[in-house]
Amino acid sequence: MADSANSARGDLKLASVTKSYGDFTAVDDLSLTIPEGSFFALLGPSGCGKTTTLRMVAGLEEPTVGTIHLGSTDITFTKPYQRPINTVFQNYALFPHLTIFENIAFGLRRRGIKDVDESVNKVLDLVELPHLAQRKPTQLSGGQQQRIALARAIVNRPALLLLDEPLGALDLKLRRQMQIELKWIQKEVGLTFVHVTHDQEEAMTMADTIAVMNEGKIEQMGSPAELYDNPKTAFVANFLGQSNLIKGTLVGTDGDSLVADLFGQKISLPRSRSHAADSSIYAGIRPEKFRISLLQTSTSGNLLSGGKIEDVSYIGVSTQYQVMMPWGQELMVFEQNDDGVAPFRIGDPVNISWEPIFTFALRGDEDADAGTEVVPEDLDEE
Amino acid sequence: MSSIAKEVIVSRRPLGSSLSRWFGKNLIRIYMALAFTYLFIPVAYTFVFSFNDSGKSNITWQGFTFDKWLNPCGAPRVCEALGNSIKIGLLATIFSTILGTLIAFAIGRYAFRGRSASNLLIFLPMATPEIVLGASILSLFLVLQVNPGFWPTVIAHVVFCVSFVVVTVKARIASLDPRLEQAAMDLYANEFQTFRRVTLPLVAPGIAAAALLAFSLSFDDFIITNFNSGTVTTFPKFIYGAAARGIPAQANVIASAVFFLALALVIIGQVVSRKRKVY
Repeated sequence: MADSANSARGDLKLASVTKSYGDFTAVDDLSLTIPEGSFFALLGPSGCGKTTTLRMVAGLEEPTVGTIHLGSTDITFTKPYQRPINTVFQNYALFPHLTIFENIAFGLRRRGIKDVDESVNKVLDLVELPHLAQRKPTQLSGGQQQRIALARAIVNRPALLLLDEPLGALDLKLRRQMQIELKWIQKEVGLTFVHVTHDQEEAMTMADTIAVMNEGKIEQMGSPAELYDNPKTAFVANFLGQSNLIKGTLVGTDGDSLVADLFGQKISLPRSRSHAADSSIYAGIRPEKFRISLLQTSTSGNLLSGGKIEDVSYIGVSTQYQVMMPWGQELMVFEQNDDGVAPFRIGDPVNISWEPIFTFALRGDEDADAGTEVVPEDLDEE
Repeated sequence: MSSIAKEVIVSRRPLGSSLSRWFGKNLIRIYMALAFTYLFIPVAYTFVFSFNDSGKSNITWQGFTFDKWLNPCGAPRVCEALGNSIKIGLLATIFSTILGTLIAFAIGRYAFRGRSASNLLIFLPMATPEIVLGASILSLFLVLQVNPGFWPTVIAHVVFCVSFVVVTVKARIASLDPRLEQAAMDLYANEFQTFRRVTLPLVAPGIAAAALLAFSLSFDDFIITNFNSGTVTTFPKFIYGAAARGIPAQANVIASAVFFLALALVIIGQVVSRKRKVY
């Protein structure tokens, strides 16, 4: 039985998985399919259940309800060592008493493979650290330990590689570099990677598909572009990047577009980007999609007039504006510094315009601040 | 004001302050030298008098000789006592280390009913005065109609050594990252392989320290041994008995040898761990 589980291949399927600790539900009726060969990210704030989900897939926790399948094999209750799944742990968890070589060879030796030299050396070459084979983990830098942890996992050629905040302990520059490297290694070895992170930028950079998790449930799943351009909930709209959410009402249709009334001003939006349940909506527009113009300038697309520049921050590639609208809401606008237009000044009366296609609509009964005030992750989240 | 004060100090410096500066720099060393002198005078005394060309009593200096070092078993029954101490020490160490390590794992790793109570109770033999512990164990043996002797002494030693082993090993287990064991399981090691390949090697330094501690406690013990050993003479008991008549210089030889052996072990340990770079 162990053998059949160990040789399982295919898509990972979680079906109605729930994990409760007493009264607390960490993961709530989660169903998810991760296609073989993809780079999949589980993204969410601290305590959203993403690490618990990962641990259940690894076999370090058992679901309270639900099943986990790898291909056609049920692995819900098999032991961690009976699964063809390896993990890159958050703090690497390299064995301090073994050399780097033996750390990497650990999994191969446990599976009874005698001749480990070639595989270990090959993977050491892949992570570009062949000269460290005889060192002990404590003699390595954080970035080097991270790569060895990765090497120790992929040398086993698992059906699934789990990465639990693997870059969390690295500084920003190294993290950026490792993001690109991880993506490259995933392509190179062709394994399925499941990456858990709270860093939306990291998830967007690396993953083919992202599942945004909140309070034990998946809010939305899709490609980075889908999630960013067409979020279904306020949480996703705010957690991935920033959004302006403006309260409004749907008042009619116009071909493939819907017409909405935002505080007396009519705008249109694509029907395919409306997730409203009834006529009450939040119209969402990303700050970089807005254009600011002086009152007399003619514009195309949607227009909201009557704004006043409240604040200007120049940040090099772009300028960030806070624009106060007549209904008392401050909108955020990012303008590229690429047109000769002189920056606007505080107090300037302006209009705001944008292309209708960049509008999405959320349910009007949502909490418009969901996902905005996410506390910085403490790395030792369980 | 400060500039004046500075000037005063500067102008005084050549006069008498060089001595006080020397003291300021070396006070800690002087203190250390005095403390070590205090600690090592008895050891030095024991060592020096192991070369005493004495007869029955080894109190006054009679002249230098290597005889006692060349014939450490020369005094009646001294080596028999030493042998008993070593045998009892080794047995007590083996049993208490195995038992204590298992208890430490149970308390350190598993949640079970009575865990915190066990955690507290394990300190009891450490906290109980030896004279009380020794007398209680003896009365227990007498109630069970077991005569004092070699094995009752071993059992009594295991009782107090276990506490020390548990405390030492538990500290090591507490500092062990549970993720290392999870990583091992993740890398295809089953429960036994995980224990054998990861847990045990990482806890081993703690177990070794506990075993050394247990042996030295057992080897050293007089009070509990005196209650429970009956006619069996251990090295501490021999010294105590001999003290009335005059301790033979062979006892000094053996004590010195034990001291230097322990010292050598510590030094070797330091050198090895420095080479290996401890984690």
